[in-house]
Amino acid sequence: MTVTTEAPVKETPDAGGVPSFQVTMRLRRFNPESDTEPRWEDHTLTMHGTDRVLDALHKIKWEIDGSLTFRRSCAHGICGSDAMRINGRNRLACKTLLKDLPLDKPISVEPIKGLAVMKDLVVDMEPFYAAYKSIMPFLITTGNDPSRERRQSPEERERFDDTTKCILCAACTTSCPVYWSDGQYFGPQAIVGAHRFIFDSRDEGAEERLEILNDREGVWRCRTTFNCTDACPRGIEVTKAIQEVKQALLFRRV
Amino acid sequence: MQTHQYDVVIVGAGGAGMRAALEAGQRARTAVITKLYPTRSHTGAAQGGMCAALANVEEDSPEWHTFDTVKGGDFLVDQDAAEIMAKEAIDAVLDLEKMGLPFNRTPDGTIDQRRFGGHTRNHGEAAVRRACYSADRTGHMILQTLYQQCIKHNVDFFSEFYVLDLIFNEVDGERRTAGVVAYDLASGEIHVVRAKSVVFATGGAGKVYKTTSNAHTLTGDGMAIAYRRGVPLEDMEFFQFHPTGLAGLGILLSEAARGEGAILRNCDGERFMERYAPTLKDLAPRDVVARAMANEVREGRGAGPNKDYVLLDLTHLEPAHIDAKLPDITEFARTYLGIEPYTEPVPVFPTAHYAMGGIPTTVETEVLADNERVIPGMFAAGEVACVSVHGANRLGTNSLLDINVFGRRAGIAAAAFAAKAPWVELPESPEADTVALLEGMREREDGERIADIRRALQETMDANAQVFRSEATLKQALADIASLRERYDRASVQDKGRRFNTDLLEAVELGFLLDLAEVIVTGALERKESRGGHFREDYQNRDDVNYMRHTMAYRTENADGGAAVRLDFKPVVVTRYQPMERKF
Repeated sequence: MTVTTEAPVKETPDAGGVPSFQVTMRLRRFNPESDTEPRWEDHTLTMHGTDRVLDALHKIKWEIDGSLTFRRSCAHGICGSDAMRINGRNRLACKTLLKDLPLDKPISVEPIKGLAVMKDLVVDMEPFYAAYKSIMPFLITTGNDPSRERRQSPEERERFDDTTKCILCAACTTSCPVYWSDGQYFGPQAIVGAHRFIFDSRDEGAEERLEILNDREGVWRCRTTFNCTDACPRGIEVTKAIQEVKQALLFRRV
Repeated sequence: MQTHQYDVVIVGAGGAGMRAALEAGQRARTAVITKLYPTRSHTGAAQGGMCAALANVEEDSPEWHTFDTVKGGDFLVDQDAAEIMAKEAIDAVLDLEKMGLPFNRTPDGTIDQRRFGGHTRNHGEAAVRRACYSADRTGHMILQTLYQQCIKHNVDFFSEFYVLDLIFNEVDGERRTAGVVAYDLASGEIHVVRAKSVVFATGGAGKVYKTTSNAHTLTGDGMAIAYRRGVPLEDMEFFQFHPTGLAGLGILLSEAARGEGAILRNCDGERFMERYAPTLKDLAPRDVVARAMANEVREGRGAGPNKDYVLLDLTHLEPAHIDAKLPDITEFARTYLGIEPYTEPVPVFPTAHYAMGGIPTTVETEVLADNERVIPGMFAAGEVACVSVHGANRLGTNSLLDINVFGRRAGIAAAAFAAKAPWVELPESPEADTVALLEGMREREDGERIADIRRALQETMDANAQVFRSEATLKQALADIASLRERYDRASVQDKGRRFNTDLLEAVELGFLLDLAEVIVTGALERKESRGGHFREDYQNRDDVNYMRHTMAYRTENADGGAAVRLDFKPVVVTRYQPMERKF
């Protein structure tokens, strides 16, 4: 396709006219049944202009080593399965095009940090989901339900639009230095999850949620490093959302 | 091996599974067994909307919605089921809103609605605004909202557990449901889960094809497991090819783009849909648009250097409007093709999207054993099922509706059944077949790679059983599938370990895909007509005299012990609408 010819990479035309290039993938491997420590492993591959990191991982798994293990599902950035540390930054493998990375040196791929590694790029997601559940991530209302829909103006709807985009991929939480060093802090995603309801005009649970977030291990642990905002594959302004929650706590109004 | 016991077991945690769990969980002891964490399910990839005749922005009625569904499905829809779905659509949308789903709003604060393919005012007069939506991530918001409600109601999930078998037992000469066999991905351990009611909500099988909008994990597990246990599969030859997949990649660009005014153009810049569907144009049903696109390319009017795609033009829309209504799909074009949709048209081509067929059910979601009888305790809802509300071609948005309406019904029906039914004894060693399947695959040394066989299957299905089909291409596909089966029997996996062995599971999933591909092609070969998503070059017209009937495919065994497909047929339920010529 025409669009790929603009790729800033070494081009060697192949039969289909799509430019191809060589890339070395440097993978962090760990097999709990045979390894005592994680190890690095390199694979040099020929890839194409529209290929993503996920395509390179699949090429290794399907053509070289079937035991390479990672999570993936939708392959276009909406299911949140394949958050990984790519060249030291949290990214979705299916949303990171190889041609956008420097190809003159190996591309490192590691599991996201702060959660226990179970095998290769697979981590234990249970603590992450537990943090999400702790902030009561569901609409809380009192009284009887109306017969039709609750009314909400387009402006009220817009107020929390950004944080509804979250796909629970954990890229933000596992990019946070406080989360790495503190086993108790529930991390940016849980605050994003709370923000989505605190600023929803239909919700009546803000007080309860703010109380949870006001905990010693809550929102005040955030050191505003912006790692989370940089990591979010959905473009959510995570740090801004956290600041808004802090302000709501300070002034007790949303 | 571990064993568990629940009144209701739901398999799959997409929209249908979680909607069922919310109902069953409040009435009976319920577990959801899911091969993915619930929020990874492919419901989350649905974009455009969920139709319901709320009439918030213009006049509408459930009867019009029913008619559109029947006509859009090329009169293979069971009309009693379509009527139920269109009527219950209104409460299904309002229920989601009350659960917290952030729908886009009208200026007066009600749920906003937009146009969608095949949804019309007064039986086809013009497009109607019926689709309720949340930007272009309606499925994402449905999945998140249902998951949030499951958290609120403490639903019991077994995440990353693969159900690999269905347990039946004979009671007084009747086949009854006794539970499922599941495989824990993390440990490699087998779990037998006994249940009075089993609900299959495992989704579709798009990975039968190479070019698809579907997730890697959509391998038709539920359909194939049921089929292997003697449950028929209905109308599997009807597969929907969504018109606007990103060219070369298959990633979905919602029909909402055309609902908001985008136009399909060929290499001459012509709005070619005016020739194929003079009234609805770009918003004709998906089978009509996909065929028109493929035809433009076939006749040499494709765009691009290889003239192998057409263009989706949004450049006349205001960037602010695009950002408000279509933010995700325009980002897909930027991320994956480097195209700026504000100023450049986007290369698109049809992509395998949705299985209209599946496990046959009644409108109460009970699974059929044959044309007359149900299998007590077995239920199915969502894409895995065939009620049939989609007939030969599903209308856009009706899948999100289907999972909510029939997912809810499945949860209620499964819990009601469990409340009155006695426990069925487990047969001896119910896990034996699953263990044999896994260990056989794990222990085989030096076989061919699974990925090579899967790729060959997907390529023959794309080449021979896609938008255009003929006897010759379908026979080619059947021959290819037969030889791939032989190769599959000699294949091996490289990962011999117990923990997180996704290599092994991919091998099992390929077995499911091979079974389903054979059913799809066998049904397509037998159906010597063109209807909805099934188009035969050698039989280009609909034939209501001979083929206005559902296909029922049963697994049977040849004289030599090999598996084969036996076809039977089931009448279509017609209540109000007689078949008519399908013009748009």
